[in-house]
Amino acid sequence: MDLNAAAAELDNNPETAAGRTVYVYEAPVRLWHWINTLCILVLATSGYLIASPLPSTPGEASDQFLMGYIRFAHFAAAYIFTIGFLVRIYWAVVGNHHARELFYLPITNPKWWAGLLRELRWYLFLERQPYKYVGHNPMGHLFMFIFVTVAAVLMICTGFALYSEGAGLGSWQDLLFGWVIPLFGGSQAVHSWHHLGMWGIVCFVILHVYAAVREDIMSRQTMISTMISGQRTFRE
Amino acid sequence: MTETFYDVLRRQGISRRSFLKFCSLTATSLGLDSSYAAEIAKAMETKPRTPVIWLEGLECTCCSESFIRSAHPLTKDVILSMLSLDYHVTLMAAAGHQAEKQLQEIKKKYKGNYILAVEGNPPLNEDGMYCIEGGRPFVEILKETAADAKAVIAWGACASYGCVQAAKPNPTRATPIDKVISGKPLIKVPGCPPIAEVMTGVVTYLLTFDRLPELDRQGRPKMFYGQRIHDKCYRRPHFDAGQFVEKWDDDAARKGYCLYKMGCKGPTTYNACSTVRWNDGVSFPIQSGHGCIGCSEDGFWDKGSFYDRVTDIKQFGVESNADKVGGTAAAVAGAAVAVHAAASVLKKAKKSETVTGEK
Repeated sequence: MDLNAAAAELDNNPETAAGRTVYVYEAPVRLWHWINTLCILVLATSGYLIASPLPSTPGEASDQFLMGYIRFAHFAAAYIFTIGFLVRIYWAVVGNHHARELFYLPITNPKWWAGLLRELRWYLFLERQPYKYVGHNPMGHLFMFIFVTVAAVLMICTGFALYSEGAGLGSWQDLLFGWVIPLFGGSQAVHSWHHLGMWGIVCFVILHVYAAVREDIMSRQTMISTMISGQRTFRE
Repeated sequence: MTETFYDVLRRQGISRRSFLKFCSLTATSLGLDSSYAAEIAKAMETKPRTPVIWLEGLECTCCSESFIRSAHPLTKDVILSMLSLDYHVTLMAAAGHQAEKQLQEIKKKYKGNYILAVEGNPPLNEDGMYCIEGGRPFVEILKETAADAKAVIAWGACASYGCVQAAKPNPTRATPIDKVISGKPLIKVPGCPPIAEVMTGVVTYLLTFDRLPELDRQGRPKMFYGQRIHDKCYRRPHFDAGQFVEKWDDDAARKGYCLYKMGCKGPTTYNACSTVRWNDGVSFPIQSGHGCIGCSEDGFWDKGSFYDRVTDIKQFGVESNADKVGGTAAAVAGAAVAVHAAASVLKKAKKSETVTGEK
């Protein structure tokens, strides 16, 4: 199948005919999305404040626990984020096929590459209109895979490795993730990579929110309401 | 009759009372049950003395300097009695051919039965010519001596990780000893230098129990490197409270607040400084008002400033840290979004114009 034929097939998909509504994101996926939003908000803010703490609190140390609370918020959100991610993996197995998209890239599928190219051209203002997709468009799919799936694994592994330093040798965090520290060449390097990971996710959030709003307005399908109701409606 | 440790100690003029004190002190410092004191005593009374050969490669002798300053005089006497009799370039009385002959004799007589302690590391470039001892490259002597050793101790950051002589671009190719020696039980005792009590503790453990203490993933003894400086730091309450020194001479510095923002590496450094401390337990860097520089961590010499919290990332070419890289990326992403959004609005406006025009 050449790219043109693949493109033509995408354009004439009866599933995405104008006016049609499809149930895409099941409730657990949507719930996970919004829990993740909150987690990332808390994690990025508290994480930044752990690396660059606020000005000193006044009074005796015994009366204050600001850094402690910030770290607590970070660890608590991290646990929720991790458990959410694990449940999400479970849902990829039992959920509909859209729930599986996050965990693989269809790099052997010419249709996917044709779509990716088209999306790229669409974002470079070289196309009059984008294709319609029931799930993620290939560009979104690629970004999701890198900045959600890969980034989450990186952040969970480095994060729990750092957490294991406080939890101590022999703790389950140490047994499961302690090997990450020598792998990166020491605790300090793990801190740096964890920090860079945070910035990567911040960049993703900026692009993600922009793309969702833009596509909601300019593409031929709903975006934001789809992550609330789970329904995607197509238009001309 | 074979000579035991106890025989050596008595010959050195150490009383039985002092000897037993040493045994209980050692058991305590190793974190062992008090019943182990008797076990240590018994081992030292009955086991044949294990000689220790102490080699020095590319290094500054700070490990030896630290070692001979072991706080407790008993420890010092006992350990030095065990060591100085054999081979230690700095401490032994012999010199020149006499000393080299002695090394060969120990190796032959105690083949497979001596402990090799290595301070410093071998440079491998130019066939090891950057470190010559007794007319031969150190790397050869090291390999040769290690071949017949029972176990190997890597003293300090040099032997364990390379230290400053291995700093980029490492012109002499100074190499940690575990990359040169293989097939021998090896224990890393990092630090620049390691704490004296940690060193004597490790030697005593090896000599009395005839095996390596429990090691962590990086080959360090868990009993001394199991926790970070930060976890046992007496300034930790100020960290949890969010009270930090911002400048070296500010009020917070005088009050002894946490040195986290001054780049203290306590949170990323595994060592016993905040518990054992230095110079007979007098102090340690943080207690003296300076952050930890992380001297017992791999690569501490190449990881940016000692005074930055978010440290430099050399991979990005220009000196930069995660915040600069990330902040720039976020700003670029934000700016790109703004420009793209503006262009999209224009496009949309244009499109609806043509649509209405067509109607």
